[in-house]
Amino acid sequence: MKVSYKWLQEYLDIDVKPTDLAEKLARTSVDINDVYSPSDGLTKLVVGFVTSTKPHPDSDHLTICQVNIGETEDVQIVCGAPNIAANQNVIVALPGSRIGNNIKIKRSKMRGELSEGMICALQEIGFSEKVSPKDYEDGIWVLPEDAKPGESIFPYLGMDDVIIDTDITPNRGDMFSIRGNVNDIAAFYNLKSHFEVKQVIENSSEKTADLISAAVDNTAIAPTYKLRVIKDIKIAESPLWLQIKLWNAGIRPINNVVDVTNYILVKYGQPLHSFDYDKLPSHEISVRHANDGEQFITLDDETRELISNDIVVTAGDKPVALAGTMGGLETAISDQTTNVTLEAAIFDSILVRKQARRLDLHSESSTRFERGIDPAAVEMALDEAAQMIAELANGEVTTGIVTGSETEIKEVKVDITLTRINHVLGTSLTVKDVLDIFKRLAFETKVTDDKFTVKVPSRRWDVNIEADLLEEIARIFGYDNIPSTLPSQTSNVGRLNAEQKLIRSSRHVLEGLGLNQAISYSLTTPEKAQQFQIIDGGSPMTLSYPMSQDHVATRMNLISGLLNDVAYNVARTQDNVALYEQGRTFVPVIDNDRPTEEEHIAGTVTGKLVSETWHDKTAAVDFYQVKGIVEQLIQNMAIKGTIEFVANSERKEMHPGRTADIKLNHVVIGFVGQVHPKTAKTYKIPETYVFELNLTPIIAADKNERHYQEISKYPSISRDIAMLVDENISNQQIVDLIENKGGAYLTDVTLFDFYQGSHVPDGQKSLAYSLTYQDKNDTLVEDKVNQAFDKVIAKLVEEFEITVR
Amino acid sequence: MGLQDKLNDLLQQGLKQVEESVNLDSINDVRVKMLGKKGPITEVLRGMRDLSSEERPKVGQFANEVRDQLTAAIDEQRLKIESAKLNEQLKKEAIDVTLPGNSVAQGQPHVIQQIIDQLVDLFVGMGYVVAEGGEVEEDRYNFEMLNLPKDHPARDMQDTFYVTPEILMRTQTSPMQARTLETHDFSKGPLKMVSPGKVYRRDTDDTTHSHQFHQVEGLVIGKHITMADLKGTLEIVAQELFGDELEVRLRPSYFPFTEPSVEADITCFNCHGKGCSICKSTGWIEVLGAGMTHPNVLKMAGVDPEEYGGFAFGLGPDRFAMLKYGVTDIRDFYQNDVRFLTQFDQKG
Ligand SMILES: [Zn+2]
Repeated sequence: MKVSYKWLQEYLDIDVKPTDLAEKLARTSVDINDVYSPSDGLTKLVVGFVTSTKPHPDSDHLTICQVNIGETEDVQIVCGAPNIAANQNVIVALPGSRIGNNIKIKRSKMRGELSEGMICALQEIGFSEKVSPKDYEDGIWVLPEDAKPGESIFPYLGMDDVIIDTDITPNRGDMFSIRGNVNDIAAFYNLKSHFEVKQVIENSSEKTADLISAAVDNTAIAPTYKLRVIKDIKIAESPLWLQIKLWNAGIRPINNVVDVTNYILVKYGQPLHSFDYDKLPSHEISVRHANDGEQFITLDDETRELISNDIVVTAGDKPVALAGTMGGLETAISDQTTNVTLEAAIFDSILVRKQARRLDLHSESSTRFERGIDPAAVEMALDEAAQMIAELANGEVTTGIVTGSETEIKEVKVDITLTRINHVLGTSLTVKDVLDIFKRLAFETKVTDDKFTVKVPSRRWDVNIEADLLEEIARIFGYDNIPSTLPSQTSNVGRLNAEQKLIRSSRHVLEGLGLNQAISYSLTTPEKAQQFQIIDGGSPMTLSYPMSQDHVATRMNLISGLLNDVAYNVARTQDNVALYEQGRTFVPVIDNDRPTEEEHIAGTVTGKLVSETWHDKTAAVDFYQVKGIVEQLIQNMAIKGTIEFVANSERKEMHPGRTADIKLNHVVIGFVGQVHPKTAKTYKIPETYVFELNLTPIIAADKNERHYQEISKYPSISRDIAMLVDENISNQQIVDLIENKGGAYLTDVTLFDFYQGSHVPDGQKSLAYSLTYQDKNDTLVEDKVNQAFDKVIAKLVEEFEITVR
Repeated sequence: MGLQDKLNDLLQQGLKQVEESVNLDSINDVRVKMLGKKGPITEVLRGMRDLSSEERPKVGQFANEVRDQLTAAIDEQRLKIESAKLNEQLKKEAIDVTLPGNSVAQGQPHVIQQIIDQLVDLFVGMGYVVAEGGEVEEDRYNFEMLNLPKDHPARDMQDTFYVTPEILMRTQTSPMQARTLETHDFSKGPLKMVSPGKVYRRDTDDTTHSHQFHQVEGLVIGKHITMADLKGTLEIVAQELFGDELEVRLRPSYFPFTEPSVEADITCFNCHGKGCSICKSTGWIEVLGAGMTHPNVLKMAGVDPEEYGGFAFGLGPDRFAMLKYGVTDIRDFYQNDVRFLTQFDQKG
């Protein structure tokens, strides 16, 4: 809300700097968006009196004016406004001045005629289109007759005020009014409020009830509904002081009736609506839900189709206003209006919010209905508005208020003890301290021993329970004054659990191996969501109302997100991309709307893992490099159990000949391999290798708690074997056989050479292994090794028909 | 000429030859020639048998001195020659040490992960446990149990991705408040937990909005937890992330699940409070929201608000990262440009 500092000063004796007040408000009441003066950035704008005008000889729309700017001689200014005339005070931007949009005004010639400055419209001195009065839309602004030529224009237009733009939290609806601000500032600065409520003088003996009736059957939708009638008014422009108050509050002045309703809205936070009494189709007023499909033309000349959840004010059952949101065009106040029906009501906050939201009609009024209304101020606001309209438009207020419904003002009493206050806030306040705070808030309080019984006024409808009182005490006492401590009773131990530790160390391992951590979007397209699944889990979960086609379904794999990242990089000529991601995948569960969330870890490498330098020609990534990363990752997890890499040519998005499933104790927990060239093409990425592991079974798996083996003191002996073997026999098969048949002293089998091609017969490949033997407890004798080695060779020949080379 | 003079002559002659030797071969020649069995010194010593028994030991001693002196001179010269040779070789081996070193494989944690880890470590050090919840949540835990009934206006503030009317992508990490409250055994001490994770809002992605971002939630509930404890905790968090010299300001705010609610600001680290574009000339930067847990939240989770109470706080690692590093587009965090990812060196 735009709060005028000058308006506050009418009711409070404050002399702090507005910026200090704003800081105090921020620390005690509501957040501050901005503190500014309407004159910020403007200079050398003075009152000018137009002494004479004559048409420009070379233009049909320009006027040459002689203007008194308080100097001995008049200055000549060329003006293009249609409403320029002699004998009026205008806004003059002198040469060297700055006007709106930071434009600098210079002495210039306009079509050959000297112009020493510019005569300005309000929009030209920083007023937004939204608040500039419509009557002056196309022309210059005319200042009051008593303005003194040469003086600054700022005081005449309220531009010397300072506006504190507050950002109000949903609970502090009371701060949407000058009244609420005055009360809160009075409390935290401990000031006396001179807030003034104007009494109404019913200067017509005619009874309002004879002119109009109001009946609200459904009091849930309009708990309070009241009407007054002001007769024989004359619509006119509002006095300048009122216009200033409105435009400084960000509201456009319109006429003396509508302006009064807006003034009351700002002052009390009570929205009012004025109807042209004579245009009401009936004088039986009611409030009801709209009918589905009911049409209604609002003030802005838009036809609105209503739904049954909307609420409308009706006259003889015909809608005349969208309750709390916007009035109707037909019954709006016009220049011809002579009799006014004034409505002050409380409408259901939720229904108003929904209606305003649905029709995109958020307004000063709807915002206030949404945030709450003080039931005790409805009549106060209605009376003051009626009185002001009568005064400003020369009307007569008829006798009595017509009431369609009336909220009972419930007395809210909350108890709290001093012990409780200090226990929760960590303070050492006394009874006197607390009483003083309640007194400043004007909360009537009774105290017995250390118990306070607080009567909360209806203007603070946000205060209902003990915790609310605690907040009031804390903020008025000042958060700055609350001590800083740490929770004392800390018998518990803080630590990461086994799962969190494993996840964290997995991340560190992959970073050490050269992969950068990526965080991709969990929401993706349904197609990508279900690619690259470790185990097929069907179709992904999808959102009811997604925001964009790219983020519709929850991912069932991490790889697709990483490939999006690769594509993003490749499109920006980053050819070497090595990423990993750790995060959730979502697997739908039958008979449950919530999917299972699995912790996965995945990686991708495209181009080179280690970038090439002048000195070091590195190789492009291949299957074995990425497999090495996965092996090292798994190695570090110290899993007790067998890990196997088994060729799988069936994974749709993967290269059929370059993909291995990763099995833990014969169960698939992940895979590694090259992305299928076709899939890569759809992602617009080059040759790329990926892996993904489901961490859930890894976390659950038994771990080698004692990972250490004593280093044998006795020497080891190694034997090499080179062989030719059928190309369809895998390394794994050979290693398995060697390990099984290698004897008790075999400690290691390492492949040290692999060759396939010329010099090797067709359909065969050459493999060479180094076998290491060691006895933990004794020095091995050559004979034993030779025996074991010969046995393995014989088995290899027998099983795989190898030829020893 | 006496033997003594002869020896003296040989010594001078030998030293001269040593000095003139420029390589290992010539120095070796000198050694063989002068000190060898057929060398002049040996010859001189053979002539000693003609000397008197008085002179013999004197000349013998002198001959040994000559031999020692020559040996020392030869060794010294050899070392000189050797080290000159080595130096020459090392000189030839010299390289341009300003040429770049080889690349090695080393990845980095994501900047948001770094901030989350930093916070988690801080809280674990203060005795908190870490409890990650589901990213797909029930409306009940995401809203209702947090004192946000179906028609609550605050639900408008956070547009939600619904899956069914009861299931949604969590809009905050706060559901873990209700879930941990329900299961915590208070007989074993107070509940102290942090919950980091991804959250989702139905927003259109632009420079400052992302439909996916992160939060770290904290909750402390016990018999003697005060607002002063909250203030102290928030100060530690702010100082951990942004530095000790910054001031922390609390101001009233509103969250349905806390009362009183506060927002914590820190002195703008860019302008130190003078006002700049980062802090929108206020001198303060909003870093987190917090408050004393609302009694309704405790009640709904089956915890007696008369006996137990405490505080909760929530903060946004994405926002922190943007503030701390001056990242201007939140989408940078999720597009994973390697040039972006590799900029955030871990310090310590
Ligand atoms: Zn700043």
